[in-house]
Amino acid sequence: MQEVTTEKKEFTPNIVAFCCNWCSYAGADLAGSSRLTYPANVKIIRVPCSCRVNPMFVLKAFQQGADGVILCGCHPGDCHYVTGNYYTRRRMALLFSFLNYMGIEKERTRVEWVSAAEGARFSAVMNDFVKTVTELGENKRLTDLRVKEGE
Amino acid sequence: MKDVEMKMKERAKQLLESGEVARVVGWKKGDFCYDPSPATFETVEELDNFVYDYFCGANLSKYLIQISKKEGKTAVFLKPCDTYSFNQLVKEHRINRENVYVIAVECMAKFDIEKIKEKGVSQITGVEVKDKDVKVSSLYGETTLYKPEILLTKCETCQKTHQVKDEEIILHERPERDVDRFAEVKKLEAMTEDERFAFWKEQLSKCIRCNACRNVCPACSCVKCVFDNPASGVAAKANDSEFEEKLFHVIRAFHVAGRCTDCGECSRVCPQHIPLHLLNRKFIKDIDGLYGEFQAGEEAEGKTPLTSYTEGDAEPNDVLNGEAK
Amino acid sequence: MLKIAKNKLNDLYAKINETMGLFIPIKKAGEVNYHVWGEGKEVSIETLKTVKSPKNMFFPQTENMMKFKTEGKNLEIIDLRDEKRPFVLFGVRACDYKAIEVLDKVFLADPVDSFYQSRRAATTIVTLACSRPEEGCFCKAFGIDATAPQGDVTTWLDEEYLYWQANTEKGETLTKLVQELLEEGGETEVAAQKEATAVIIDKLPFSNLNLDKFKPENLNELFDSPKWEEMSEACLGCGTCTFVCPTCQCFDIRDFKTNEGVVRYRCWDSCMYSDFTLMAHGNSRTTQMQRFRQRFMHKLVYYPSQNDGLYSCVGCGRCVNKCPQHLNIVKVVKELGGKEND
Repeated sequence: MQEVTTEKKEFTPNIVAFCCNWCSYAGADLAGSSRLTYPANVKIIRVPCSCRVNPMFVLKAFQQGADGVILCGCHPGDCHYVTGNYYTRRRMALLFSFLNYMGIEKERTRVEWVSAAEGARFSAVMNDFVKTVTELGENKRLTDLRVKEGE
Repeated sequence: MKDVEMKMKERAKQLLESGEVARVVGWKKGDFCYDPSPATFETVEELDNFVYDYFCGANLSKYLIQISKKEGKTAVFLKPCDTYSFNQLVKEHRINRENVYVIAVECMAKFDIEKIKEKGVSQITGVEVKDKDVKVSSLYGETTLYKPEILLTKCETCQKTHQVKDEEIILHERPERDVDRFAEVKKLEAMTEDERFAFWKEQLSKCIRCNACRNVCPACSCVKCVFDNPASGVAAKANDSEFEEKLFHVIRAFHVAGRCTDCGECSRVCPQHIPLHLLNRKFIKDIDGLYGEFQAGEEAEGKTPLTSYTEGDAEPNDVLNGEAK
Repeated sequence: MLKIAKNKLNDLYAKINETMGLFIPIKKAGEVNYHVWGEGKEVSIETLKTVKSPKNMFFPQTENMMKFKTEGKNLEIIDLRDEKRPFVLFGVRACDYKAIEVLDKVFLADPVDSFYQSRRAATTIVTLACSRPEEGCFCKAFGIDATAPQGDVTTWLDEEYLYWQANTEKGETLTKLVQELLEEGGETEVAAQKEATAVIIDKLPFSNLNLDKFKPENLNELFDSPKWEEMSEACLGCGTCTFVCPTCQCFDIRDFKTNEGVVRYRCWDSCMYSDFTLMAHGNSRTTQMQRFRQRFMHKLVYYPSQNDGLYSCVGCGRCVNKCPQHLNIVKVVKELGGKEND
């Protein structure tokens, strides 16, 4: 006989993490090879540099069902292309502040600098971000209902 | 204002007659006293329809992208706010500066005909201004309106001065003003996330995607906009979902961030009166606060806040949490 | 003739809403547009011109047409046409009502547009006569009488009452539904209002626009006029005029990818846009002047040549009020329409 559960289905957020090829993606790798865990619902998109991330990418991620978007790059000053992440820093500061101005929860967006040597930090950052977004709940303000049709 | 118009017309005539310029860009009369259109004048006869009055709110700078590529020199009349857009376009190599002769004209703020009509005045035949009183004559008689209540939104907080001029036609001093153009932005910032979300949801739900804001915007000078490009994956002719309403306006505001001169044309042309300038002003306010005061269009060269950086820039997470210095 | 006190109108809306949907001018975020009625909404039937015309009742700005569902190698096509629930479109002005006739000739002609048809069939139209036309109005130039619009029910509004007259079977049915709220009377008031409004209409600056020149036989002459260049020079290429227009009917069909397949939808298109009628070979109109000319030639020459001389402009004046640079059909008519318009 099937057990009747009244427990609500636990919400597992979709997280999109844009990681720069040289630091943060390598950091994720190190986290993996060091057997450090981070939630499987973090989907990493590798970009050549954090400054490759166009605001359109962030919005598209939300449109397609992301509940949180995090950008990871080399620490300022350590960019493989020397200055890329300095531009990222300004762009995302403005973009995320703007999204919040439009009423999008500020917890849904984040920028973190993670070096190739910081596997532990990568894992900690992702765990923390997933925890924050899980507590916040589903993204309803910046999502496209058409995409979710049939779910 | 009539004296300014006369002077402008006279000067345009001289320039055309002497052959110094091949054309003059200004405004031409419409059917009413309040519907002039931007126009080019190539002959002295055409100048009969030349007009400059309280309804010439349109920014002429963007037209120069095309016109300055034409054979011969073009003279253009620019209001203070228009000169910022002009400079910005020169900076972006969109206007051929050598081909343009800029005549700076005075501006005592422009009127919004829809605001006048909202006051219940219709069949308007003319306006006369005396300090803050505007005498509006119509077929039904005369009404006196209070000037600050009928200004175009973009003129309400304008403190701009001419940034470019090859010569000027300024017959009257404009009174100094002390207004905070960020007052409305601050009001929104002080709201809760939920309130802000509700505000923008209601406003943007009116958007009909007519693209008037984009097409009139001097900063929107891309040859092909991403929203018109079928290969971009985001091209759309209508907002098919609530998301698309936001997508268009977020991307547009971001794309002009650091380049928007706050000319306010977007809000002037919106058929649904969405306060679009409040989107751009948020970026301007953030830029001013985080990276130092910056007014796009003040200079015709140099870097913008989004094409430069300092090592000590604020961290995005701190900005979001209100902890940025 | 029947009537209902103005302060009882909310009861009328509520009564209609019990059995049918009600699409009516409502003020939202400062602007009046047609929306679905609900208790507490700010109805504004006095507003002469809604920003968007009521055409989106029958021809919405976006509308899903079908879905493609994929599962493995199987493709399922889902028809999204459904039985439309009965609706009342309330407060339509004479110009906008005439515009529906213009749209009918496009969408109900063979091949019939079933999306449009089902909405049209399910809708009862209640028109409202104008009593305070403004200077941008020029419906009279198109032979429209703003004081007595057609429709299933015609209504007139004054300071105290809304007067009600059923014209068709659909109108009678609606009248029966709200009978209890209506009382007899109003003939004299309506007659007086019609007379007074007609006087105002005669005095409007564009009421006597002369359209004689805009005939199919003048097509080439009009098309080749050198004036188009000058008339269109300030055109921004935005879609404001087409999207606020009650008769513009062009649409585009697009696909959107969802998690389970594809939704095919149509949306309004604008001949002012650079990618209008874009085909594999490129675009047939490459300059803004050509696009501008297309719009007005369509309204004043092409459409009438295929529809017994019926112009596809109804003189509502929305483009007169809304064009960011004040270009509009009146200026075109005056420029090309010959001496009579000087």
